[in-house]
Amino acid sequence: MAALVDAPPAPVPPAAPVGLNRRRRATGWVLTVPGLVWLALFFALPIALLLATSLMVPVPGGDIGQFQPAFRIANYTEALAEYWPTFLRSFGYGLVATVVALLIGYPLAYVVAVKARRWPTLQALLLVLIIAPFFTSFILRTIAWRQILADEGVVVQTLQALALLPGDGRLTATSFAVVAGLTYNFVPFMTLPIYASLERLDLRYVEAGQDLYAGPWTTFRTVTWPLSLPGVVAGTLLTFIPASGDYVNAALLGTSRTQMIGNVIESRFFRIVDYPTAAALSFILMATILVIVYVYVRRAGTDDLL
Amino acid sequence: MSGFLTTLRRSPGDALLVLFAVLAFGYLFVPIGYVLAFSFNDGGRSNLIWRGFTLDNWANPCGAPGVCEALVNSIQIGLVATLLATVMGTLLAYALVRHRFKARGAINVLIFLPMATPEVVLGASLLAQFLNVGASLGFWTIVAAHTMFTISFVVVTVKARVATLDPRLEEAASDLYASGVETFWRVTLPLLAPGIAAAALLSFSLSFDDFIITNFNSGNTDTFPKFVYVAAARGIPAQAYVIGSAMFVLSLLVVLAGRLLQVRRSRTIV
Repeated sequence: MAALVDAPPAPVPPAAPVGLNRRRRATGWVLTVPGLVWLALFFALPIALLLATSLMVPVPGGDIGQFQPAFRIANYTEALAEYWPTFLRSFGYGLVATVVALLIGYPLAYVVAVKARRWPTLQALLLVLIIAPFFTSFILRTIAWRQILADEGVVVQTLQALALLPGDGRLTATSFAVVAGLTYNFVPFMTLPIYASLERLDLRYVEAGQDLYAGPWTTFRTVTWPLSLPGVVAGTLLTFIPASGDYVNAALLGTSRTQMIGNVIESRFFRIVDYPTAAALSFILMATILVIVYVYVRRAGTDDLL
Repeated sequence: MSGFLTTLRRSPGDALLVLFAVLAFGYLFVPIGYVLAFSFNDGGRSNLIWRGFTLDNWANPCGAPGVCEALVNSIQIGLVATLLATVMGTLLAYALVRHRFKARGAINVLIFLPMATPEVVLGASLLAQFLNVGASLGFWTIVAAHTMFTISFVVVTVKARVATLDPRLEEAASDLYASGVETFWRVTLPLLAPGIAAAALLSFSLSFDDFIITNFNSGNTDTFPKFVYVAAARGIPAQAYVIGSAMFVLSLLVVLAGRLLQVRRSRTIV
């Protein structure tokens, strides 16, 4: 997905038919071995182990945190029965954050990629400004938001003085704060791939639309938008996946009533030491996201992104 | 630049768009402004309310206990993980574009999946594994985790660059009796360098800023984001803001210089 951020690959003449002898094929394999072994050891194996853990049962008479292999599907049904509202909330927050980030990121990317195109220095500057938030730690930025929106902060005081917020109203510890935090964190992830798509947009297509008497809206809907779709799909994925799995924003900006599924997994792991439930919840989260991604990418007709 | 403003005056729709972009940039920079401002706050330990301007925090960035240890850890972990991920990811990307495998589809899935998996799941599953084999959590478990999740990003970034490589250049090298290894070092690698550099930068920043996966696999070792997160409960020392601000200014200058240089160069060539 990140490939979309880079410059488009220049057309390359087709490779001359290479005699794929056995030695060459062997070299190819050797190059892949270190990376694949690493991914197998620290990604595939842990995920398989997580699957096994999610079906385990407590050791009878054992200490807290001791589990033995089993095949208890009920771990899943029980976890879902207890936490389905949290799942819904996580995906709801993720969805709203993604939509708002798109509403902010698209026009921003459009201005930088299309409107500033004739001034390369300005464009380069603006592009750096989009990436710039990454230059400070995202935890620090999220905490800054918490401080800014705090009850005794300027924003709340001003809103209260203007009677836009009731005297006991607050901005932190609300769903609004959590979604705002998520949106903020992921706007650059949304903007960059859309920028990469729009930067390649040939403006002559837009002119052609206007020549054919299409209004600005029709031109946008039938020319610009479809051509920027790969960027939009990549941006929404880069936002939705981490946003729905996040727990930092909910932990720093929310309360127990705005908990996301990440918070539950984290506390099941560290505080309650209930590994099977944490593992089952992780698996449900991962599987749901993969299904959503698959269906979404299929429907958007951008299969080649995967 | 003045041409830009004239265009705006002519088209109100564009002016509206630009106004929107200015507001959006403002939104992106509000918390950064806050961090910069409060790095100069004479706020004592918790640094919650503005108490007056001071340069003390900047003069003594390691003044808060633990903050510089965490920063040094983050930098070391970032460097080691970046080195490992960049080397392995580059080899993988090169092989995937240049060699044909039967298992290619499966390999691509294995590379894509870590990017589509939420960080909590990556962190939790790794922790389960480390607990199982009885590994002691710390520097090396964090390195293993960071290398794992940055490899995929390296592969994707470098692959895009390999795809733009003209295979005839390598063929020419072997026509001139360069061995496979020689061709790789003297032709392929220099041509891939910008993509590899971009991938390394991306890996380092992903590793440096990671909190969720680190939090699962770090044991008692602090990284900078973890330090800030833990400190948040009591109030963050101003030194953390100083380090955050310094990082911001430094990277901004480096990237700006690089970008502007690039623009100027492409102009002189065209």
